Amino acid sequence: MFASLQNNLQSALKTLRGKGKLSEANMRDGLRMVEEALIEADVAYPVVKDFMAHVSEEALGQQVLKSLNPDQQLVGVVHKQLIELLGPVDPSLKLEKDVTVLMMCGLQGAGKTTTCGKLARLIGKEGKKALLVAADLQRPAAVQQLHVVGDSVGAKVYSEEGAKDPIAVCQNAVKYARENGINVVILDTAGRLAIDEELMEQLKTIDRKIGPDQCFLVVDGMTGQDAVNSAAAFNDALELDGVIMTKLDGDARGGALLSVKHVTGVPIKFIGVSEHMDGLEPFYADRMAGRILGMGDVLSMVEMA
Amino acid sequence: EKTRRLLNTDIRDLFKAEGRLVDEELLDEIFAILIRTDMGAGPANQIKDRIARDFRGRVVHTEDILKNIQDELAGLMQQDKEPIKMAAQGPTVILVVGVNGAGKTTSIAKLTRWFIDQGNSVVLGAGDTFRAAASEQLSIWAERLGATIIRGEAGSDPASVAFRAVDEGLKLNADVVIIDTAGRLQTQKNLMTQLDKMRRVIGKKIEDAPHEVLLVLDATAGQNGISQAKGFSDAAQCTGIVLTKLDGTAKGGVVVPIRKEFQLPVKFIGVGEKPEDLTRFDPEAFCNALFATS
Ligand SMILES: Nc1nc2c(ncn2[C@@H]2O[C@H](COP(=O)(O)OP(=O)(O)OP(=O)(O)O)[C@@H](O)[C@H]2O)c(=O)[nH]1
Ligand SMILES: Nc1nc2c(ncn2[C@@H]2O[C@H](COP(=O)(O)OP(=O)(O)OP(=O)(O)O)[C@@H](O)[C@H]2O)c(=O)[nH]1
Ligand SMILES: [Mg+2]
Ligand SMILES: [Mg+2]
Repeated sequence: MFASLQNNLQSALKTLRGKGKLSEANMRDGLRMVEEALIEADVAYPVVKDFMAHVSEEALGQQVLKSLNPDQQLVGVVHKQLIELLGPVDPSLKLEKDVTVLMMCGLQGAGKTTTCGKLARLIGKEGKKALLVAADLQRPAAVQQLHVVGDSVGAKVYSEEGAKDPIAVCQNAVKYARENGINVVILDTAGRLAIDEELMEQLKTIDRKIGPDQCFLVVDGMTGQDAVNSAAAFNDALELDGVIMTKLDGDARGGALLSVKHVTGVPIKFIGVSEHMDGLEPFYADRMAGRILGMGDVLSMVEMA
Repeated sequence: EKTRRLLNTDIRDLFKAEGRLVDEELLDEIFAILIRTDMGAGPANQIKDRIARDFRGRVVHTEDILKNIQDELAGLMQQDKEPIKMAAQGPTVILVVGVNGAGKTTSIAKLTRWFIDQGNSVVLGAGDTFRAAASEQLSIWAERLGATIIRGEAGSDPASVAFRAVDEGLKLNADVVIIDTAGRLQTQKNLMTQLDKMRRVIGKKIEDAPHEVLLVLDATAGQNGISQAKGFSDAAQCTGIVLTKLDGTAKGGVVVPIRKEFQLPVKFIGVGEKPEDLTRFDPEAFCNALFATS
């Protein structure tokens, strides 16, 4: 992919070298290729359109430098715009309060429970005590799963035998945390569809009654065009504070992250890169931009010039 | 706001009652709707180009274009009537594979229910010995549905669980044995090789087994679905797809290029989290839903 976009751009734009300004006409082929690369990376189409308009506006009228290949120049503009859109980067968890409450939400199977464990591990390493709360009372063995995850990172897990009401479980867990010197409470909610009104209402009720300090949307890195819909719905319901994208250890380009960022505007906090508990990394906009473009090392290419 | 409006546009909305001129603007709107299904730029461009060739400069009605696209896709997605190839004699063995969180274990619960409803007896193999409480998850389903389950210790060899499950199926003279596997990404070489080992071990017990290898694909997946189909087919010789989570707003259109490139049929679709939320794949209904407002 890297090779193909770069080579295609090179041949599309090579005639421009040293020949005046980038114009709508002489960039058309190049822009079309970038557009297609973004679609192949699963960036939602309306977001692609919007993005391409920005890029073409930014590039328009730029003098094609003698020292620079026009394709490099265009990729440079695209890359810069991507980074701008993916930022600002803020990986902090803001754990200043006596008891900070974090809530995880997202579609089924996105990686919420696993990410809860990864966050607890991170928090533990900062010398703070995390409590994982089993608020998924739906998926078979979800509570057991959280216990195994919690045990493996040395975090306490709060669950109630035979519980039916996730809201009550969360309330009791926060109370437990205050009484037991816990610093950070992490709520593992059940996966749900954004169009499931009943379950979205339940999520809003947890949000209202518990008042979590931060709500994180967990998004599968392999997600396609639908990411804009679900992210918008979760953001409408909860006012998200951050996004975590999982399963980026595979070959997914992760373009859905751009869609999610576009519709929510909230910072991307971490990325998940393994099933193991140490597989959580801070988010870097430049690396992600390169990944979405299908160009592992865009910067060196642009800097080469 | 603009995003929402565009995403919720039905192809029908693009046409006034008196029809609409097929020009660049309309072609781009159609392209947007095609892309939204996750079929990818390649197929979407092909369809768009054909519409341009056949209709450009003409005033058309919704039905012309709609039928054009849907017929072509439904034709492509046609498949055998019988979703599962049953063994001539002895247990039919089904291996279930896919990326993490796609819905494998839940789909196995649904398939179990489907088989039991038809009077078949089912043995389950809890071949995910890796993920936290995966085996407990399948056990709960087995108990609820009335299936026998074979489990292994956490961290034990999944191939040995598969072996024992098939063995149990033979002993009980069961109709169907379904084996769960841990989620894995198609780029993980070692884990993909493990699937091949599971296949071979199963084949030692029953020649021709596994009779079906089902790839579970999440309908919310985008273009990575193509890489999944390739990776899992190469490693485990998949015979079909179970497309899950079609009860959401995602369209699952990536199965279109997958069908084109790998001839992998969609056998079932998942439309919820309950055991009854499984239906056989219907190409016409699926292709109609691709362009429906949701
Ligand atoms: N490869 C990889 N797998 C991951 C990652 N994060 C989670 N997973 C796997 O994805 C699958 C689903 O993860 P869960 O944590 O159970 O997802 P969930 O969102 O809690 O799922 P539900 O509670 O059913 O909605 C599991 O197999 C995890 O091991 C990641 O970053 N990389
Ligand atoms: N809405 C909906 N949810 C589904 C469907 N199929 C599965 N799920 C949910 O998706 C989540 C993941 O399902 P699992 O069956 O655990 O997925 P898996 O592929 O076995 O996951 P791993 O074993 O961790 O790789 C669970 O919360 C399921 O309830 C479906 O068709 N629709
Ligand atoms: Mg969970
Ligand atoms: Mg499973």
